[in-house]
Amino acid sequence: MLIELKGVNKTYDNGQPLHVLKGIDLSIERGEFVSIMGASGSGKSTLLNILGILDNYDTGEYWLDGKLIRDLSEKQAADYRNRMIGFVFQSFNLISFKTAVENVELPLYYQGVSRKKRHEMAMEYLEKLGLTDWASHFPNEMSGGQKQRVAIARALITRPQIILADEPTGALDSKTSVEVMQLLKRLNQEEGITIIVVTHESGVANETDKIIHIKDGIIGEIEENKAHTAWDGTMMK
Amino acid sequence: MTELFHEIAGNLRNNKLRTVLTGFAVSWGIFLLICLLGAGNGLMNSFLGNMADYIFQSVSVEGWRTSKPYAGYQEGREIELDESDVTYTEGPRWSPTVGDVTRRTASTGVTFSLDGNTVAGQISGVMPEYKDQEKLKMYAGRFLNPDDLKERRKVVVLSLAQAKELLPKDPDAIVGRWVNAGAVSFRVVGIYHTDESDMYRTCPIPYTAYKVIYDTSDRIESITFTLNGPETRDEYEAFEKEYAGAMRLRHDVAPDDWRGIWIRNGYTDNMEMNDAQRIIRTFLWILGLLTLVSGIVGVSNIMLIAVKERTHEFGIRKAIGASPAEILKLIIAESVTITALFGYIGMFLGMIACQIMDKTVGQEAVDIGITKIQMLVNPTVGLDVALEATILLIVAGTIAGAIPAWKAARVKPIEALRAE
Ligand SMILES: Nc1ncnc2c1ncn2[C@@H]1O[C@H](COP(=O)(O)OP(=O)(O)OP(=O)(O)O)[C@@H](O)[C@H]1O
Ligand SMILES: [Mg+2]
Repeated sequence: MLIELKGVNKTYDNGQPLHVLKGIDLSIERGEFVSIMGASGSGKSTLLNILGILDNYDTGEYWLDGKLIRDLSEKQAADYRNRMIGFVFQSFNLISFKTAVENVELPLYYQGVSRKKRHEMAMEYLEKLGLTDWASHFPNEMSGGQKQRVAIARALITRPQIILADEPTGALDSKTSVEVMQLLKRLNQEEGITIIVVTHESGVANETDKIIHIKDGIIGEIEENKAHTAWDGTMMK
Repeated sequence: MTELFHEIAGNLRNNKLRTVLTGFAVSWGIFLLICLLGAGNGLMNSFLGNMADYIFQSVSVEGWRTSKPYAGYQEGREIELDESDVTYTEGPRWSPTVGDVTRRTASTGVTFSLDGNTVAGQISGVMPEYKDQEKLKMYAGRFLNPDDLKERRKVVVLSLAQAKELLPKDPDAIVGRWVNAGAVSFRVVGIYHTDESDMYRTCPIPYTAYKVIYDTSDRIESITFTLNGPETRDEYEAFEKEYAGAMRLRHDVAPDDWRGIWIRNGYTDNMEMNDAQRIIRTFLWILGLLTLVSGIVGVSNIMLIAVKERTHEFGIRKAIGASPAEILKLIIAESVTITALFGYIGMFLGMIACQIMDKTVGQEAVDIGITKIQMLVNPTVGLDVALEATILLIVAGTIAGAIPAWKAARVKPIEALRAE
């Protein structure tokens, strides 16, 4: 079991306490391709941020690759994020004053990889994603789809075991959304990377092998979707 | 280390506006600091220079007319000093405190003539130290020397005004010429500068020559000596009281009759000047420190804003694996680079400004009636002081900038990512 949550609770307290996660139990195996669905405000992003050790939880247990994730120092957490996890965000989160290739290189900088090696690897990943020609462009010179592919390249470059994507297609048109989902699917199948996608689009969720529904702060139905028949819409053809 | 260098070089290059704005503030702070230090130095030099012209570091004794009856004498008696007073002053009783003792004769009014031109003058017999005691500045030639005294040479030093009267076309050429003073001829060995006011009509000749030509008696006009020792005004006053009392006793003058035997005290004046100098220096330091503090506040303020603006970027960096230490290192390295680079530029420009100040305001003199004074003398800052100030600002700016940097480094990644 790569990811295991037992009774995880999370309350935000900005003046008025807001109990968002009310005892989440969830297991995700290595190599799975899952989506998390739920209404707006149901706590999907909160859950994903906890999985990515970007945020902490109040009670319960979170086991990642057999290790209990609790009371980590910022340095340890940074190290986990760097080596185990790749993030893909709805708003891309590229550094605006760095070119595509510099953005992709950055996680390796924090691993202490030499400049030359970094650059070679970043170019290799950009090539994989068909972005060679865009390597020296700045984010504001690229389309949303291109930016998201740069972000995916950046998430992949450290060869993480998990990719966490929070509404990766949220800012993209339907055609580009399909491309991005196909890309994630290929990475899951060819490289065996565990991928967790948060979305509220059924068409996007239908591309994944398992759909986890979250409702009122707890896990609801878990749909097996190996046949990709959970949704018969026309969008994701 | 080189990796960090490349990272910040890229960051600074790709954020030119931010870099230049931050840098400008740093440059400006250091520029102002250097200019202020330069102007302060100029003011100080000018003050000391102008003051020094009117300050006599030694003590002089002269015999005047008594103002009180004493020891059976009426008041109004003329007191005259003579060689025995010099010997007494040099004697063992005063030797620990009294330094070099010199004397000057009374003066004799004469009319100098050369090539049909004439000018009035007061010939006085002096010793070589007279030049320093009276702060005479030589214009041409030399002042009297010990050999002139030993050989009782008939040589004279004229003022520039007198030289111009005697040789209007080429006053310098008077050096080496013989001039007549009544029945006697003197060879001119030097010319000293006179103020506009032409206060000096005194024409120094060797003391020994005066004693042969004009006054063969033992009488002298004044005794002037330097002091070793008194550190405070009180110490000096105790000495003066004792010495004046002893001198007055020698001449049957009431111990407190300052007109009978008059003492010109240049020694405590000098102490006062030292005090004034200390005050100016302290004042300049305070001004400098205030400038420095405002520079530091400015730099840290900019750092604060820059760091705030970059919160989202730091969030991204943390999400992909930057530890708080890495973030802190990045911010501090960037701030040191910017402050060092632009601080150096500011220092360089400040020193150029000081040079310009020296060439313009520094050359202007203000007429205050008796004489002209320069407002700023050499208003520049030594490279060492400039470098120290720059390094101090860089270090202090970095420390001040480290506080917001440290805060930024500690923000939870998710909060940093939410910031926009
Ligand atoms: N930092 C925070 N402080 C206080 N409340 C928060 C914070 N972040 C999220 N919340 C609240 O927690 C609840 C869950 O938020 P979350 O972002 O996890 O929802 P979501 O399922 O991702 O919704 P969406 O589909 O709109 O993105 C919401 O009601 C939200 O207002
Ligand atoms: Mg969300």
